[in-house]
Amino acid sequence: MIDDAGVVVAFWVIAVSTVVCALMVAAVRNLVHAVLFLALTFVGVAGIYIVLAADFVALVQVLIYAGAVGVLMTFAIMLTPAADRRNSETIFQAPAAVLAGLVLAIVTFVAYDTEWRISGRDAFPATAASLGEAFLKPYVVPFEVVSVLLMTAMIGAIVLTREEGDDV
Amino acid sequence: MTGALLTIITDNWWDIRDLSNLSGAIRDLVSDAGGPGWLVYVVAGLLGAAGIVTFVGVTAIINIWIERRVVGRMQSRLGPNRPGPVGLLQPLADAIKLMQKEVLQPKLADALVFTAAPIAFTVPGIAVLAVVPWGRNMTLASLDAGIVFIFAMSSLAALAVFIGGYGSNNKYALFGSMRVIAMLVTYEIPIVMSLLGIAMFAGTMNLDGIVRFQEDHWLFLIMLQPLAFVIYFMSSSAELNRTPADLAEAESEIAGGYHVEYSGMKFGLYYAAELINCVTVSAIIATLFLGGWWAYKLDEIVPGWMIYIGKVYAVYFLFIWTRGTLPRFRIDQLLAFAWKWMTPMALVNVLMVAAEVLIWEETGWSAGVLLPIYVVLNNALALALIVAWVRVFAPRFERFPDRPRFYSTIDVPSLPAVAPVQPGTQSQ
Repeated sequence: MIDDAGVVVAFWVIAVSTVVCALMVAAVRNLVHAVLFLALTFVGVAGIYIVLAADFVALVQVLIYAGAVGVLMTFAIMLTPAADRRNSETIFQAPAAVLAGLVLAIVTFVAYDTEWRISGRDAFPATAASLGEAFLKPYVVPFEVVSVLLMTAMIGAIVLTREEGDDV
Repeated sequence: MTGALLTIITDNWWDIRDLSNLSGAIRDLVSDAGGPGWLVYVVAGLLGAAGIVTFVGVTAIINIWIERRVVGRMQSRLGPNRPGPVGLLQPLADAIKLMQKEVLQPKLADALVFTAAPIAFTVPGIAVLAVVPWGRNMTLASLDAGIVFIFAMSSLAALAVFIGGYGSNNKYALFGSMRVIAMLVTYEIPIVMSLLGIAMFAGTMNLDGIVRFQEDHWLFLIMLQPLAFVIYFMSSSAELNRTPADLAEAESEIAGGYHVEYSGMKFGLYYAAELINCVTVSAIIATLFLGGWWAYKLDEIVPGWMIYIGKVYAVYFLFIWTRGTLPRFRIDQLLAFAWKWMTPMALVNVLMVAAEVLIWEETGWSAGVLLPIYVVLNNALALALIVAWVRVFAPRFERFPDRPRFYSTIDVPSLPAVAPVQPGTQSQ
């Protein structure tokens, strides 16, 4: 299945366009364009999940990253003054490029060096159902802890943005 | 080859148009010829996509006429009636007019974003139609997480609206898009929660599975989930940006919304996308709440896709009805409505469904006994909640208000005294 010509073609098309979009995020000087390319990158990653037969993760990737995080970032940029103008040069450009290159080299080295264990079974037939079972049966405590954490973050945001005299 | 094609049409008279049989026949043809396995998926996918895009294109054209005629009838006027018989050629005339118009683009607009926005706005609405079942075994992509796919696609619309407003380089377009995004983000919550009840009852998020649940238990989910239907219908008509909730457009204060700078066929694409999105939401409602292609015994004599399209248009008529008869809301009213009524009611609905499904699973009583009780219970609950909300929270109707509505005290600055102008004396 994974060696089918269609899957191989789909993987390479999606992978190349995702990497190109990810490079454009760093290359374009307009921040709004960078966010749009980032959203495209998220969609591309979702495509890779689909190639891996993880449809639920792919859809959540689109829903949360391309949808919610994309909108969140555009809002953050709209609140930044003059964000859509051309960004000026910074002295950190060269060090950042070196650092990013190092990270890429390490990840590539590790990926090639590791003896990957290949499990013999097929992909899960229905990832949504098994994920739901896992969340609400064996991993219910971490799941609840994460919910409480998100709740705390939400209340914190409300407290931080409330003005002093507000009685609403 | 002709033999394989003949087997398609021997079963039922409509089966030549049935996607599943067609793709089955193509698979047989390909495997007989010794072709690769993936070719079947490519061909079947292309066929299904072509079918859906054709449907979308035809509906987008026809619906312009339907919508204008129906709204005209509701507002005691004729609507388009000149070109062709009963004005049927009006959409064509509109399309030709839009294509001939000059495509204007502001000088300082972001050209790439400005062009990408209408496309990004149109694609998600069409993509949703891939997961809805058009008939028995007639789904382009029978996703296990079909409902999540619907949410994912509708969440992309927010970004598309934003880049439309941003790319125009016009502050009114940006205002319009921000208003729409505020509404999209707000109404996403009741929409997700109302469909949660459907998924919990059906035990699956697959749209095929939900239709099968309704077929197995011999009921439409609207009977079991009336509150969810009301919430979903209202919320999605807000998300569709149609008249009771058309926040983006207000000619007097904020100009024409996020597409104020668009003209020609780019505007035409926005216009078509709004119609397509409306059909898409109608299709979702018809699938989830009205049984999709299944209609008691009717689907044994009438092809399922005909029943389905009939239901889609029935829901679409409801949308036209609300558009033609209801006044529009202010933005604060609409957002307050989402937070103060829709979200709590959706929460109540989710709790109710959770309790009912738990009782169903734990006691193991048969669905034939429990589901009718649930139908009565949920309808009573929905009615009671709506009536209670109207009684308790809605402002009293006043023909002649005797007090200021929004401010208890208003400081009206006293006007400077002006000497009355004497008649006959000419002031310089």
